Amino acid sequence: MLAAVLSIGGIGLVAAAALGLAAKKFAVEVDPRELAILEALPGANCGACGYPGCAGYAKAVAEGTISPNLCTPGGADTVEAIAKIMGIEAITAEPQVAVVLCQGDNRKATQKYRYLGLTDCNAAQKIADGPKTCPGGCLGMGSCQRACPFGAIEMTPEGLAVISREKCTGCTKCVAVCPRQVIKMTPLEAVTHVLCNSHDKGAAVRKYCQVGCIACQICKKTAPEAYMIEDFLARVEYPQHAQAVAAVEKCPTKCIRDFSSGYPEGSSFAPPTVPVAKDNAA
Amino acid sequence: MVELLVILISAVFVNNFVLARFLGICPFLGVSKKVETAIGMGMAVIFVLTVASVVTWFIQYLVLIPFGIEYLQTIAFILVIASLVQLVEMVIQKTSPVLYQSLGIFLPLITTNCAVLGVAVLNIQKSYSFIESVVFSLGAGLGFTLAMVLFAGLRERLELCPVPQSFRGTAIALVTAGLLSLAFMGFAGLVKG
Repeated sequence: MLAAVLSIGGIGLVAAAALGLAAKKFAVEVDPRELAILEALPGANCGACGYPGCAGYAKAVAEGTISPNLCTPGGADTVEAIAKIMGIEAITAEPQVAVVLCQGDNRKATQKYRYLGLTDCNAAQKIADGPKTCPGGCLGMGSCQRACPFGAIEMTPEGLAVISREKCTGCTKCVAVCPRQVIKMTPLEAVTHVLCNSHDKGAAVRKYCQVGCIACQICKKTAPEAYMIEDFLARVEYPQHAQAVAAVEKCPTKCIRDFSSGYPEGSSFAPPTVPVAKDNAA
Repeated sequence: MVELLVILISAVFVNNFVLARFLGICPFLGVSKKVETAIGMGMAVIFVLTVASVVTWFIQYLVLIPFGIEYLQTIAFILVIASLVQLVEMVIQKTSPVLYQSLGIFLPLITTNCAVLGVAVLNIQKSYSFIESVVFSLGAGLGFTLAMVLFAGLRERLELCPVPQSFRGTAIALVTAGLLSLAFMGFAGLVKG
């Protein structure tokens, strides 16, 4: 019994001593700042910074070659934390969040054919450009919702994607996965958007969507600096977003929405406070 | 001398640890996507196998048998092997960061790799002398490396082939491993036992 205990214990002790010595001899220099930065990052490994995961970005920042404000999901707090660790000035780029430029759910927009297939927007798009008649509208099958690492996207019961401006961290994964390119990045503070992505003429748009933009120019006449009409589609000039609110009631198809008074119909998100309070529950 | 050669040939070809004894399948399938990582892993395994069997041989004949505690063989061997793999991990991290990045999580796999424990235990079961057990474990390591490198070469070529959709990835890899194992059966009967 004693022999057993002593032998195993002895082997363990010798092994531990050998490992301890080796740990000293073969120690690898790891910049402590790199570990501190890794702690400060959100840890979602989304790749928005352009580096392989949070570890890759932490390493690059610790080497001192790149800017600390590439982590969009981390937000201003992360940029400040990293800047403090590295001992440099923090300059935050203006935060951007994603918005789905479409309000055409199943009740408001028509379908060209009945789609019975994989519930995936990219799969549906491959078949005659998707079941929705509108060429630019949201297909509502949830590919963006599945791509979002932060749970900021919800699908309304009528098949429309809606992105929470508070939960969105600006990682742009949804923008990349959408086959219709109906999701665009917008400044966080801009709450008014033209929710339409179709460049068809007004008459054609009216045939397939009740809330599509018909390029009637009323918004531009109401707030000339805040709107731009291009290829039969109006859009908000975001630097002047503050003046865009005036045209919301004037729009005949009601395709312009002021998000501070609520998200598109069917969404369960509460209207964002202005200025938008970020909720980075990464 | 001839016996040592027989042991070597047997361990590398006839009773190849991966393809004939089916030990160490985890790293075999896990690290064999590229030939370079396969060679690196093979080198690590040869080192661990040889040193592990040397140390475990001594433990068996100098500690376990004299004190009559042979029943502690498994746990003592595992203890030694685990420490050795930790040591190998540290050495690789220092000397070749590139290899460390590519092997990464697979280094601990060698610890729970049945091939390493298998060699250690087989040495005792076959009552090999010290030199014989060194040669046997060297052969086991070489055979393991040979199997992995061959398999990695095959897998690299499979990447470029039109594999049917349902077979892509692990499925075709396992089928190929089986065929490779069949091929190595051609060596059966080369040496006795």
